[in-house]
Amino acid sequence: METIKQLSVFLENKGGRINDVAKALGRQGINMHAFSMAETTDFGILRLIVSDVDKAVDVLRAENFAVVLTDVVCISCPNVAGALSGILERLAAHQVFIEYMYAFAQGEKAHIVIRPSDLGECLKWLSEEDCDILEGRQL
Amino acid sequence: MSRDELRDLQGKRLHKLVDLVYHNTPFYRHKMQELDLLPADIRTIDDIVKLPFTTKADLRDNYPVGLLATPMSEIVRIHASSGTTGNPTIVGYTYRDLEIWKEVTARALTAYGVTRGDIVSVGYGYGLFTGGLGAHYGVEHLGATVLPTSTGNTEKHIRLLRDLGVTGLACTPSYALYLAEALHKQGLSADDLKLRIGAFGAEPWTENMRREIEERLGIQAYNIYGLSEIMGPGVAYECGCKDGSHIAEDHFYPEVINPETGEVLPLGQEGELVLTTLTKTGMPLLRYRTKDLTTLMPGTCACGRTSIRFTRILGRSDDMLIIRGINVFPSQVESVILEMPEFAPRYMLVVDRKNNLDTLEVQVELRPDCFSDDMGGMLDLRRKLGERLKSVLSISAEVKLAEPNSLPRSEGKSTRVIDKRVLA
Repeated sequence: METIKQLSVFLENKGGRINDVAKALGRQGINMHAFSMAETTDFGILRLIVSDVDKAVDVLRAENFAVVLTDVVCISCPNVAGALSGILERLAAHQVFIEYMYAFAQGEKAHIVIRPSDLGECLKWLSEEDCDILEGRQL
Repeated sequence: MSRDELRDLQGKRLHKLVDLVYHNTPFYRHKMQELDLLPADIRTIDDIVKLPFTTKADLRDNYPVGLLATPMSEIVRIHASSGTTGNPTIVGYTYRDLEIWKEVTARALTAYGVTRGDIVSVGYGYGLFTGGLGAHYGVEHLGATVLPTSTGNTEKHIRLLRDLGVTGLACTPSYALYLAEALHKQGLSADDLKLRIGAFGAEPWTENMRREIEERLGIQAYNIYGLSEIMGPGVAYECGCKDGSHIAEDHFYPEVINPETGEVLPLGQEGELVLTTLTKTGMPLLRYRTKDLTTLMPGTCACGRTSIRFTRILGRSDDMLIIRGINVFPSQVESVILEMPEFAPRYMLVVDRKNNLDTLEVQVELRPDCFSDDMGGMLDLRRKLGERLKSVLSISAEVKLAEPNSLPRSEGKSTRVIDKRVLA
């Protein structure tokens, strides 16, 4: 099953906290491939895909961050109008709900990180779509 | 000793005390003259209600040594506590006062089950604060081994606890939790130590905190009560029953009063604890208002001791917050937080006034292992704490989840309240 370990970090809403994470990872040569921030009035959850997830967990825990790993699915599809729609339609038709997702496009390709309600079902139906399911190394 | 014999002894000691301060402390002589009182009017312990109260402000106003009942040459030690405002509070002890002090502290340690075979680490601050030296001499007087670790070097403290097989710990309850946390960080647990008994005091704490300390350090945790104005640690102590603290009544006479009116309350009613030092000669105090809120418990304890007990301190009448007209004690917030395993026992209360309405913000640390990627779950957790607080405090509080290890912590008395209200 091609899932990727995503790093989730608990952050208080105060200046410079995201940078504290970025700095800690940068110092250890860990690259951030993608991230998104979910926020409330007083705290947020920073979700990251990084080059070395195990090392990143150690680095951040040593700095007292609360960190958990979550399985997500990462896909790559053509960076053209309507490409994502077909994928989402397929998932919705099979009762796979999306808890959250984030994406970034680069040249001809678009990469999408999805946290689905059911990982197995999500992967199964995605394999029939015009998209590539990525492994961590491919990001 | 029967209660009657004790009351007789207390009466005799009070009479002697009043005679001493009337003739040697101008402050008390003036106060008694204002009330038309002579030492001869105080014959039995029941006459104590005729005497004036002493407050922290009196100590401050008579700074530095105006309340001594003995020439300075008889004073062998001085302690000082930081005053919240103005002058520090100075207390002087005669040699005999120190003998009494170590005797009552040793009595407390005995009640906890400490014996000559124990090694007790004293993690109270040594110095002007009475906690360190007070506990120190009590341990020595008992014949156990004292390890004067003081506060500060937690890493070394843990190392010595482990290497020496230390069995007893005396410190503030918040420092005990800090130690437990530091232990955990080093990958150690209670099993790596031989600690079995803890004597905790100098700040109010809760039953939930007791459970947490006992669980994390693998010990029996007992309350030790004291205040520098009266003596220091050892004024009162819990026994194995952990059902109220026994007052060393042969040396300290307790009353509970209505803090508003000064009226003495019957046994079993909650109010402010007032203590009279029956045997001190350096700086004896008549009816000192402690500001500690508690209830005196009638009846003999299951342990067999006949000395009167008081219930866990419910807070201090001066750290009580009035928020939107409701009395709020930080200890209430603490007990709610300790009920929820998702939170660390660290919190901060921020009280403010916005648009003429008081607001209470409760900042609480999330335990790292209780964080989840699920935003809905995190919001539920915050809501759950908010609802619990509302039901306990009767006012709503805004909950702020804080990162692990982010809230300020002190190794001594915790400071957990920020009151930003500017009252006109």
